[in-house]
Amino acid sequence: MDAILLQILNGLDKGSAYALIALGLTLIFGTLGVVNFAHGALFMIGAFCAVVLSRLLSFSKTVIDETRTDFLGNPLKVDLPYMHQWFGEAAGQTIIDWSVPLAILFSIPIMFAIGYAMERGLIRHFYKRPHADQILVTFGLAIVLQEIVKYFFGANPIQTPAPPAFTGSFDFGALVGLDPNTIIYPYWRLIYFSFAVVIISAVFAFLRFTTFGMVVRAGMADRETVGLLGIDIDKRFTLMFALAACVAGLAGVMYAPINAPNYHMGMDFLVLSFVVVVVGGMGSMAGAVLAGFLLGILESIASMSQVIDYLPGINQIVIYLVAIIILLTRPRGLMGRKGVMED
Amino acid sequence: MFGLNRNDTLLLIVVALLTMLAPFLLNPFPEGSSLAQFNGGYPDLMQRFVIFGIFAIGFNILFGLTGYLSFGHAAFLGVGSYAAIWMMKLLTMNVVPAIIISVIVAGLFSLVVGYICLRRSGIYFSILTLAFAQMSYALAYSVLTPITGGETGLQPKLSDPRILDAAIGSGVTPRANFFGIEMGTSWQWDWNGWVFTFNAGYYLAAVIMLVAFYLSIRIFRSPFGMMLRAIKTNQNRLNYTGVNSKPYTLAAFVISGMYAGLAGGLLVAMDTQVGPERMFWTASGEVVLMTILGGVGTLIGPVLGAGLIKYMENILSKINEGLLQKWFAFMPETAGDAVVTVLGLFTGKGWHLTLGLLFMIVVIFLPGGLVEGGKRLFGIGRRKKKAPPAASPPPTTTPAE
Repeated sequence: MDAILLQILNGLDKGSAYALIALGLTLIFGTLGVVNFAHGALFMIGAFCAVVLSRLLSFSKTVIDETRTDFLGNPLKVDLPYMHQWFGEAAGQTIIDWSVPLAILFSIPIMFAIGYAMERGLIRHFYKRPHADQILVTFGLAIVLQEIVKYFFGANPIQTPAPPAFTGSFDFGALVGLDPNTIIYPYWRLIYFSFAVVIISAVFAFLRFTTFGMVVRAGMADRETVGLLGIDIDKRFTLMFALAACVAGLAGVMYAPINAPNYHMGMDFLVLSFVVVVVGGMGSMAGAVLAGFLLGILESIASMSQVIDYLPGINQIVIYLVAIIILLTRPRGLMGRKGVMED
Repeated sequence: MFGLNRNDTLLLIVVALLTMLAPFLLNPFPEGSSLAQFNGGYPDLMQRFVIFGIFAIGFNILFGLTGYLSFGHAAFLGVGSYAAIWMMKLLTMNVVPAIIISVIVAGLFSLVVGYICLRRSGIYFSILTLAFAQMSYALAYSVLTPITGGETGLQPKLSDPRILDAAIGSGVTPRANFFGIEMGTSWQWDWNGWVFTFNAGYYLAAVIMLVAFYLSIRIFRSPFGMMLRAIKTNQNRLNYTGVNSKPYTLAAFVISGMYAGLAGGLLVAMDTQVGPERMFWTASGEVVLMTILGGVGTLIGPVLGAGLIKYMENILSKINEGLLQKWFAFMPETAGDAVVTVLGLFTGKGWHLTLGLLFMIVVIFLPGGLVEGGKRLFGIGRRKKKAPPAASPPPTTTPAE
């Protein structure tokens, strides 16, 4: 029981990432009807926003410290971060340590701009082209984005730690009344999960309770009629694309402390996120979120040693296996609607 | 000739000439000259040209004719490779049984996968094939290690049984051969500073590719090929006319899987080792790139695309910063440095960037790939001769206010 609970918790953070990426993918597909293979690259760019901000904040200048000397007796040169200089040592260090949460604010305008530019510059020209062309051009774009990041940041993963307040673990078992020391869970993963829940609820609330969201939902249902009513639906759909890019970017920012960002993390997640979207049902946002968490948890349960002893190698293939079974038994996915992507 | 019409015969002959004379055509620069590194005429690369050409031809039979975009074709290549290497380990180092068994095993595997995946179409089909390929990759990496050798892969060893070879009696280190002719045998011809390499393995692969290419022409021109095109154009209408399209798509899927298996078997015949990374989804993505780059649904396109990508992979990635600096040494230092920095983005380790950009440009502006580009180039000259430009009003400039 403890072990299963632990695995469910372990699956939550990966499941959150799947759910966030899949939500963005579904949002883009539902509004623009475009299959975006570059969405994983947006996730990766988000993670690198965290890297960039933490580097920017720890920018330092070399000063000569007269009070300390090296072994020859010369004054020692030390790197003094600008943050320390401007805000004092303690406050400056706190700002540097909190670079990942701060990167949330930093990444929103960046991701929004990238998403907006992508839609206006490239995707817009592909509405009328077949889905295969959309897949291919965004696949090419993903390669390009990935290689540009690789050129500037190298091929190795870059460690981006969480703020020290959240680096440790806590005893989750004791909290819910189980034996202590059975379920030790890192703080940051719980934060990631809560963050994902907040973002997902925010997106749903935005679509459900605002006028803008209402127009977008109307446009998803019947684009032409909304256009005939004199509403510039294209403009709103562009904003939705930028919003989806932001969601992917934020998922990436917060994922940086869990998994050190490298240039191909986007592709790794993209393949699985597509499986998630298809399992959830193309075009259904609730389905995407549900399937994201479900597959994340399933993957983590399948990697328990008891399961592996019984079915060796199952942890590697469980997601694909489930996808195949679901697609063959429920062709529209878990919550798919009729008539989406069935040509 | 061979049941082909005049144009197709011409195309086949041109391709045959190009492949047979490849050692000359790909080595246009004399050895030792500064341009010698652009020579693609060394055996390893030439073999890759034709083998991936076969792979792409097969993929094109599925994607180009039926429009089903498979994102898991590398699985069949990998399965074919594993089958071939087991033949070499158990039976003989002669490549013929290895290649035959690789085609058969890949065909059977694609029959199973195709039977399941073809129940859905569109993006669902792509995801299903991707799922199967990723599963094969993950299993080859972990659980199936006794069969696949896991991460280290498989190589023929001296201790393998090799029943047929043992009957002849041999104690030599195992080398892949074609009835005694070793695949690695090369004959070099020095001519006024040019060095041309003729490799036995390349010529075997080239002949097989020509046969594969001939078969693909026949398939394209056959009633069967017509049926596949009908599926791509409008599957519903085909169903309404009372035709069951499933057997046709399944046949196309299995044929293209067998082509992939053939390519896998040949890869093993040329270089006797296999690893699971051959089945990773990036390998499946690569064959999609090749086919699109060359031209989907055209006969020669996939071969051109495969050649271009393999050439870039091998030649472009060799250009490093030092080399660039040497080339641009004649420029003033700052300008030279700037040029080197910019070009360095696109060459050496960054060749994928060039590939990605090229691919995007092709998809955006030339959906028919290189073949369409070539047609347009020739078309410009021809159209001008045929008809005088229609009387269009001269472009009017808006008057300045």
